[in-house]
Order: sequence, then C-alpha cells, then structure tokens
Amino acid sequence: MASVTLVRRIKARPATVFDAFSTVEGLTSWWGPEDLPLLSAEADVRVGGTFRVRFPTSDGSVHECTGRFLDIKRPELITMSWQWTMGGEPTERGRTSRLELHLRPIVDGTELTLIHAELGEDAGARSHGRGWDGALNKLIETYTTSEAGS
Amino acid sequence: MVKYHSSLDSTFAALSHPTRRAILTRLERVDGCTVSELSQFLVIKLPALMKHLDVLANASLIRRFKESRTVTVRLSSMPLREAKNWLHRYQRFWTPRLDRLQAYAEAKDKR
Repeated sequence: MASVTLVRRIKARPATVFDAFSTVEGLTSWWGPEDLPLLSAEADVRVGGTFRVRFPTSDGSVHECTGRFLDIKRPELITMSWQWTMGGEPTERGRTSRLELHLRPIVDGTELTLIHAELGEDAGARSHGRGWDGALNKLIETYTTSEAGS
Repeated sequence: MVKYHSSLDSTFAALSHPTRRAILTRLERVDGCTVSELSQFLVIKLPALMKHLDVLANASLIRRFKESRTVTVRLSSMPLREAKNWLHRYQRFWTPRLDRLQAYAEAKDKR
C-alpha cells in the first residue's frame, strides 16, 4: 500500500507543534489552504476522540477529512485514522488511511515526521505488481523535470 | 485537490511493460526516432514494436508522424505530467500545510 513520508525541522518546542495539530485553535491557524479560512474544525485529543477538518479550496469545492485519534503521547506522537467525508481524493473515497506524526526534540526545536500511510492500492502499486521496477518513476521525474516551466 | 483524468489507468497500463518503458526512455533522450531506428535500438522485430507503439499511442504517450514512407515517433508529455501529479498527490497536499504549520509554530514560540 502506498504511503508518503515528510520530515521537517521546526524551530519550536514539540509541545507547540503537537498542539498546533491537535487543537482547534492550532488547526484554524495554519490548515489553509492559502488564506482561505477553515469552515469548521474539531479535535478531541484523546484515544477514540474525533478529528475533523472542513476546508474550502480555491476552486470553490469543499473538503472534509474525518478521523479518530488512535494513539496519543503528548508531545511526541499522534496517530489517527483518516477518511475523506467530503470531496478529497476521488481514489480514496470510502477508504480509511492512517496518519502518524512523530515529534522528536532536536537542539533548536522539533523534528516532525509525518507519515500518511495505508493509502489505497494505487495504480502505481498495481503496476508494481506487474513488474514496474521503479524505472517509471525515474522516467516521469526526468521527463517532467527537463521540461519544467513549459 | 487535483482532478485526475480517467486516462491515468491507460497511462499506467501502458507503462507497465518494460519494452514500452524502454521505448519512452529512448524517446526521452532522442525525441523523434523513426520506427526502424527504434526497432534497431531495442533489437525487437517490427510487428512486436508496432503493437507496443499502438498501446503507447492509445494512451497518448506518443504521437506518430508519417512522412512519405517514414514514420517518426515523438513523446507527448501530458499523460506523464498527470501521472507525476497523481503519484505526488499527498506530498502536494501536505507540503504547503507543513510550511504553514512550521511558520505558525515558530512564530508562536518566538513570542
């Protein structure tokens, strides 16, 4: 199954980053996108509690992701389930994926690792089973980079 | 959120064969190969090559141009760009949000 991992070094305490992701005040302050305000947010940060964010995108559509907190260790770990309950990724509708946030203290702040896992068995994974050897990804990267800006 | 073409299926299906990827990789380096050049380069018989070119053309990954008796094959980029967007969709979802989360958290701790 597909997953995406992003790592960030943030000059703020792990607790600040943790709260930014797990409180309505925090979520409303950064979720976006751009300058579009959230339509609603809910974050009941305890195991089994609900996470819900409803937001517009610049094309005028409205999206909502809903999840449940599965594991909470303030300020080092948030694990939650993730579903698109409005809009979102067409290929992910009706599926549940998992979001993990690992927060590790570093010298000048926090190393945040975001893992969005258990994303649907996508076309990429399917073609992998048929012998896609990673060359495709490289090909796509090379070709689309060499003509960047066009 | 990006809207994805239903053509993604045909793109990935077309890309799932090593010979077809080899054709695209060759065209990526030398755009505008003739069919006979491709056949020589890949050491593949013409009828087999033509079948693969049909699949690639149906997925709009290549275009064929005929001049007198010579067919030239060129890569077309749109399906590959769409495939890239699709592969990177969650990265594209989270990256700008983490940018803002970072800015917010850093500003908050500075106060």
